[in-house]
Amino acid sequence: MVVDRIPSGTRDVLPDEMRELRAMTNRIRNVFEAAGYGEVYTPALEYENTLARGDLRAARPAYRVFDEHGNVLVLRSDMTVPIARVAATRYSHVAPPLRFSYLAHAYRGVRPQRGQSREFLQAGVELIGAAAPEGTAEALTVLCAALDAAGLETYRVGLGDASLFPGLLEALHVPDTARERILTELVQGDFVGLQREVTALGLAGGDAELLLEVPRLRGGPEVLDALPNPLRNPATGMRAVHALLNPQTAERIIFDLGLVRSLGYYTGAVFQVYDPALGVSIGSGGRYDDLLGRFGRPMPAVGFAVNVERLHIALAGEERGRSG
Amino acid sequence: MSALRIAVPRGALFTPTLGLLDRIGVDTAEVRENDRKLLFAESGIVTMRPSDVPTYVEAGAADLGITGKDVLMEQSEREVYELADLGYGHCTMVLATVAGEDRAAEALRRLGVMRIATKYPRIAARHFLETGRQAEIVEVKGSVELAPLAGLVEGIVDLTATGATLRENGLVVREEIARCSARLIANPVAHKLKAEAIDAVLERVGAV
Repeated sequence: MVVDRIPSGTRDVLPDEMRELRAMTNRIRNVFEAAGYGEVYTPALEYENTLARGDLRAARPAYRVFDEHGNVLVLRSDMTVPIARVAATRYSHVAPPLRFSYLAHAYRGVRPQRGQSREFLQAGVELIGAAAPEGTAEALTVLCAALDAAGLETYRVGLGDASLFPGLLEALHVPDTARERILTELVQGDFVGLQREVTALGLAGGDAELLLEVPRLRGGPEVLDALPNPLRNPATGMRAVHALLNPQTAERIIFDLGLVRSLGYYTGAVFQVYDPALGVSIGSGGRYDDLLGRFGRPMPAVGFAVNVERLHIALAGEERGRSG
Repeated sequence: MSALRIAVPRGALFTPTLGLLDRIGVDTAEVRENDRKLLFAESGIVTMRPSDVPTYVEAGAADLGITGKDVLMEQSEREVYELADLGYGHCTMVLATVAGEDRAAEALRRLGVMRIATKYPRIAARHFLETGRQAEIVEVKGSVELAPLAGLVEGIVDLTATGATLRENGLVVREEIARCSARLIANPVAHKLKAEAIDAVLERVGAV
């Protein structure tokens, strides 16, 4: 018998799974619509020049083709950059804020043998033209409402600030080359490497301790207390977001000063969804206040994307946990 | 303590790791008594090969794990947090060849490429790439020392603690690639959701 395989990292969805996915995504869609986020769909293929306004290196778009004119087309690796394009080009005369939602596939390269997906389904929103802290608080509220509607119970949302650690390095006058290395260790979660790099800087004792201590801070609002001077601004920003949240959203938040995202376009608040039923994050988002400017229409913006398949796995895991 | 599941490596790191766990208040008596059992629900310990530890921790099947830096370097794409150097299990990743004239260097000079046997193909490939030399990496599963003696390769990249096995087989260290020791790793999600329990472990191992 001939068995035709499908590419690794892709999958067929059969009716039993599809019914569950649909039920889940319909509930999420209703939350998005009710919050005023109209659904859009953009082409899976975009010009590489367009996606390059985001962060091509970290976003890992992996599939490129030439069209009949020799242009390079790329399968989109997230929805944020295409929607930024839509906002800048199709809504150029519409007064902000603009609210969009999507339920769409994105595509990334995979490392061999790792169970990563080449094609994955994302549900998310983009809120364009709404600055921090109000815009951030709205995005977090919609995120939690969507996860609640999906039926997820034990999740938490880690809230950090992409500018926090780079700002701290600058305030302590750490040289550029070392900054790059320190941020790399942090993105890789290598605290031993971080310690090695920080020790090599030969900073005064208190400063070195600060660089090692801050990325470990995570927990309730108390972690924002007693932060030293260079961190007051981001801490005040995080507190302001927290203060705007309704109680059921606020209780989901973990302040996470070590949260760093590899995507280069994040400028302020960043967040990530965690659930004890899954070893990897279920979704993520953040502020990207500079991205729209790269499309010629400077506006602050914030958004998030939930990985639908991971959400489904977490839901099943929670269900198993409750019954067992 | 049993709030956390800890992946413990069998092999050379096993005994010092159980000693460490005893010191920080995890009861390992049951683990010491049962050589074949793998999962100990009471203490939260699961035992496995060192190279499987990052797999379990990355997937969240264990919250914490202990394994060698060599394993983490070889599996550098694993998304786990490396929290602390535990300060035991010291050894060195080396390039070694048969004593006497360096055959690997000669092969590189005359043939343009050296053949290197290893259990750590990615560490070896990265080392030669970074040092600008062409090498053909031959992955072996068993005793690496045999490969240059039998003429399969000119050199090996392997982990050595005392150098005794290398010496007994007439091999000498030509280069040190990396110093390795036991590391404490954590699942990134557990690191956020079980922060207090994990920080308590870190504090007790004296890493913060």
